Amino acid sequence: MTVSLVLLVVMAVLYACGIYLMLERSMTRVLLGFLLVGNATNLLILIMAGVAGVAPIVADGVSPEEMTDPLPQALILTAIVITFAVSAFLLALIYRSWRLAKEDDLDDDEDDVAMRAGGESLLFEDRDDVTEGDTEFGTRAQAAISEAAELDHHVEPSRETKK
Amino acid sequence: MTALVPLVVLLPLIGAATALVLAKRPQLQRLVTLVALVGVLAVGIVLLIVVDGGVPLVVEVGGWEAPWGIVLVVDRLSALMVVVSAIVLLAVLLFSFGQGLADGHDETPVSIYYPTYLILATGVFNAFIAGDLFNLYVGFEILLVASYVLITLGGTEARIRAGVTYIVVSLVSSMFFLASIAMIYGAVGTVNIAQISQRMAEIPLDVQVLLHVMLLVGFGIKAAVFPLSFWLPDSYPTAPAPVTAVFAGLLTKVGVYSIIRTETVIFPGSELNPYLMVLALATMVVGVLGAVAQADIKRMLSFTLVSHIGYMILGVALGSAAGTAAAIYYIVHHIVVQTTLFLAAGLIERQGGTTSISKLGGLLAAAPVIGILFFIPALNLGGIPPFSGFIGKLALFEAAAEQGTVLAYVLIAAGALVSLLTLYALIRVWNMAFWRPAADVEDYESDLLANVTEAPHEKAVVETRTTPKLMVAATGGMVAVSLVLTVFAGPLYGIAARAGENLEGPGFYVDLVFGEDGND
Repeated sequence: MTVSLVLLVVMAVLYACGIYLMLERSMTRVLLGFLLVGNATNLLILIMAGVAGVAPIVADGVSPEEMTDPLPQALILTAIVITFAVSAFLLALIYRSWRLAKEDDLDDDEDDVAMRAGGESLLFEDRDDVTEGDTEFGTRAQAAISEAAELDHHVEPSRETKK
Repeated sequence: MTALVPLVVLLPLIGAATALVLAKRPQLQRLVTLVALVGVLAVGIVLLIVVDGGVPLVVEVGGWEAPWGIVLVVDRLSALMVVVSAIVLLAVLLFSFGQGLADGHDETPVSIYYPTYLILATGVFNAFIAGDLFNLYVGFEILLVASYVLITLGGTEARIRAGVTYIVVSLVSSMFFLASIAMIYGAVGTVNIAQISQRMAEIPLDVQVLLHVMLLVGFGIKAAVFPLSFWLPDSYPTAPAPVTAVFAGLLTKVGVYSIIRTETVIFPGSELNPYLMVLALATMVVGVLGAVAQADIKRMLSFTLVSHIGYMILGVALGSAAGTAAAIYYIVHHIVVQTTLFLAAGLIERQGGTTSISKLGGLLAAAPVIGILFFIPALNLGGIPPFSGFIGKLALFEAAAEQGTVLAYVLIAAGALVSLLTLYALIRVWNMAFWRPAADVEDYESDLLANVTEAPHEKAVVETRTTPKLMVAATGGMVAVSLVLTVFAGPLYGIAARAGENLEGPGFYVDLVFGEDGND
């Protein structure tokens, strides 16, 4: 089976970036990672179809060997639709958790935190209490901007200060 | 008769659409949901009788012949799974009717709960009758997307947090499954399970092992096989009681069902079976050790669920007709009993206001009926004779002893030990929640509670709520079904044994799809 090198490289890069993003804490990045991995898998199916050929329409003078295999394309279409539906659900979920916590980072599991800190959980101390107001881009968005401004003064605002 | 087969998928799907249209008419919506599931149950029973009578049912969708079109295959295993799933879905539906009527649908937003529930049923049934690997994937996706909605129902913070774990893990397993379908297509040029089975033998062994492992990882995450089981106890307990019950009963079993198909039809007599047995051992032991450490009843039950998946994997990994038959009987038993226990835990939560055994007490005096409804399935899951748990484990151990390797005997010993520990965890719940007088709950000192872990985000005891009769009746019905598994163990095991014989080697399945002579 002949395989297009370009497709193979693109697939590998998409998989690598997608898996990296899916390991992030932010749900939005998980969603982006899922989209990349989904498309990488679609490319994998396409690669498995073999070399490209003419459209698989039965006509005079076209032998079946010259045609593209149409089945993987049908599979990809189905997979795209499923990915689309799941992405829509994930977006709704992200929006909901944003509304709940004013940020879409996944909270630490209290068990894990207690175990890491050797019994006492200290990591939550710096965390700002969520203030009232139910708008989508409320207090947390402002906090993020002010943190960004601090970048000029502090060389390394580590992740711990944020959490 | 073949006309009945698509109904198994169509009835709940049409029911879901109708229920969604009727969103503003709650009573009609409930009626539609009920009718759809009763219909599937009736169709399932007819299918089981017909198929067990020796008439194979294969539908070529749209009239396209087998290797080109999509086939729906109903053999004894599929029919049995459809019937048991329909029973469980129906009982849990009645349970949620009771809960919804009593609580004014706070827990279950009425407009989307029933349609989503029917979509979940559609996915489960579609997976059971799929004769095509890609159709199996579609079935999985249907049930998964519905389960995402159900597990985050109401959108509270705890459910979103638990739901995210579940959703991300499921996404990864789906991608594994889809990628392995792509690679299988690249290797053998088809997605029809029977045709894959015919062609797989010609593929080089190392490629076979790669494809096999990829499929098993995809299914193993869904079936919660160690070490891919970590997500389950973290995500199931926060959902509403009926949702947890139906997830625990059915979703992991769809994964186990797919593993059975993989092991018997696509890769029969595989080299990987000893490794699968080691995984079964680890699943049993690690799962039950988690269960012993939990104070929260729902979390404890989630860990026993993982643990008992190990028994089914053991039966499959034996690779013999007896082993597969025992695994099938065990799946049927476990679907029923695990669902019943989660429903009983839902009743305990209503009665006692919490599911933590360190805070519950005096329930036997307060609600003796709930006591009975918990005690019978608890003994059953622990494998006390004469219940179906005992029969299933005995059959599994017999099949393992038949194989007679050292590993098989190690697994028998571990299986016996694990059932003892399961019994310990369940009877501790009984001792604390039911037998301990309510007055003793404060300042209670006991070794039984010395080393247990509370659930994270454990809330204080909320006010107790009345328990509607319909919820008790639904749970009681499930207990009755579990007793039927004991009383009619003979005929039922007969079906399982014949299903196991059919699955010994891929020949029967391939003949079913392509006809006896190789063409239809």
